[in-house]
Amino acid sequence: MVRLIDVSKSYENGARALRNVSIRIDDGEFVFLVGPSGSGKSTIVKLITAEIAPTEGRLMVNGYNLNTITPRQVPYMRRTLGVVFQDFRLIEYKNVYENLTFAMRAAGASGADIRKRVSYVLELVGLDKKMGRLPGELSGGEQQRVAIARAFLNNPSMIVADEPTGNLDPARSLEIMMLLEQINALGTTLLVVTHERELVNRFSKRVVAIDGGRVICDGTGRYYEHEENRL
Amino acid sequence: MKKTGCRSNFGYFLREGIHNIFCHGLMSVASIGMSVACLLIMGSFTLLAVNAETNLKNLERENEILAYVDENLTEAEARAVGSKIAAISNVSDCTFVSREEALQSFVDEHQGNALFQNLPDDVLRHRFQIHITDIRYMEDTVEAVEAVPGVADVSAQLDLSKGFLTVRNIAGAVASVLVVVMLGVSVFIVSNTVRLATFARREEIAVMKMVGATDWFICGPFFFEGLILGVLSAVIAFFLQWVTYEALLRVIETSDTMRLLTVMPFADLSGWVLRIFLITGLLVGAFGSVTTIRKYLRV
Repeated sequence: MVRLIDVSKSYENGARALRNVSIRIDDGEFVFLVGPSGSGKSTIVKLITAEIAPTEGRLMVNGYNLNTITPRQVPYMRRTLGVVFQDFRLIEYKNVYENLTFAMRAAGASGADIRKRVSYVLELVGLDKKMGRLPGELSGGEQQRVAIARAFLNNPSMIVADEPTGNLDPARSLEIMMLLEQINALGTTLLVVTHERELVNRFSKRVVAIDGGRVICDGTGRYYEHEENRL
Repeated sequence: MKKTGCRSNFGYFLREGIHNIFCHGLMSVASIGMSVACLLIMGSFTLLAVNAETNLKNLERENEILAYVDENLTEAEARAVGSKIAAISNVSDCTFVSREEALQSFVDEHQGNALFQNLPDDVLRHRFQIHITDIRYMEDTVEAVEAVPGVADVSAQLDLSKGFLTVRNIAGAVASVLVVVMLGVSVFIVSNTVRLATFARREEIAVMKMVGATDWFICGPFFFEGLILGVLSAVIAFFLQWVTYEALLRVIETSDTMRLLTVMPFADLSGWVLRIFLITGLLVGAFGSVTTIRKYLRV
């Protein structure tokens, strides 16, 4: 579960990225976080992953109070999260299998668990036949599947996907979104940051819209017309 | 989820460390090359200093003070003076030479010269050959020996001893400075190489942080990489040092002038050289890698 209560964030250059944002995401939810560039979406992702700390307000992620978390606790908090990036961030010189085993081992898993889990997750994302390929030998969609597999590997409570379809064509984007929906159906909470209205509107999910560092809309289903125009 | 143990992580770090070295082969070769060069320079000057010290010690041993005993004393009285000389703090040994022995030695040195044959027994005085512990205090020791009752005169090559001292001090100081400087250069080079390697892998480190790797887990492979580079550098430098030292030894042995120098065989020094190289290599590798990687942990 994620709770942001009156969270504000100002950067050192004085820019106010968030102003009194309150969002609650319950376990098992699928939430789209939408908004134009510079609206504060990425700041929310960075706050949730403890890359930055809030200037004001309270922040709880999967039972960890990020206002009081110590640097030693941060890795353990992050193991409850899976993060998917727009640019995949796969290690180029490791093949698909190694990219996944590396991530699981980094999170402290043992050899037997790694083999079992990696096989299962590769099958889930449909890449079990390509586990020996290097990322450069895969299409963008396949690379993002590997990134999703990596995020899901450690069985996190929540996956945060930051513009996961930003580098993909509409057909591949839809596939990725359906894969994320499938993972959500298995019980993992999903927070998908995107600005692709068409894609969001195809799924009947909760949509949190943010603009100018404030939450301007929080509802289920399609964007409202006037909000679409604003965004 | 079952957690990995220390042994499992150790194997992983070792494999990843070796893997990293091969993955960034050119940088690893450059790092090893520079470390080997630094260790060789450091080792060469240290060996030079060790051999200089050995030669100076030899010269120090051979540099003796002669204390002549008052000629009015009997041999027994003259011998008794020896205990007072031996009690002086810087005196390491003190050997009595009777006037007869001194004369015999003198005659032996000038065999064939009729002028020195058939000299009377009492032409020379009883004397003591004195060796000292520390050449730095030779002047004080000479004064102390002169003050001993029964000692008529003291002969000491003070200028020579001061010369030895100056040479040893300069050699020691130069060697010490070079060791410190080369150590600093080695750390800088290895840390720079690891810095380049970690910079090249900053994305990888960022991913590790994102999936919840601890700082120790992230540091592990880089730490082992540094250690392996250090050990490889030390072993290569050791064998190169051995080869160059033996080659120099052969040159010295065949040279008419330089063969007067005492050069220690490498076998006598190899244990120390290997240990010093390994310790230096390990420290430089570990220090260079850890200090550098810490910068990239702030993700």
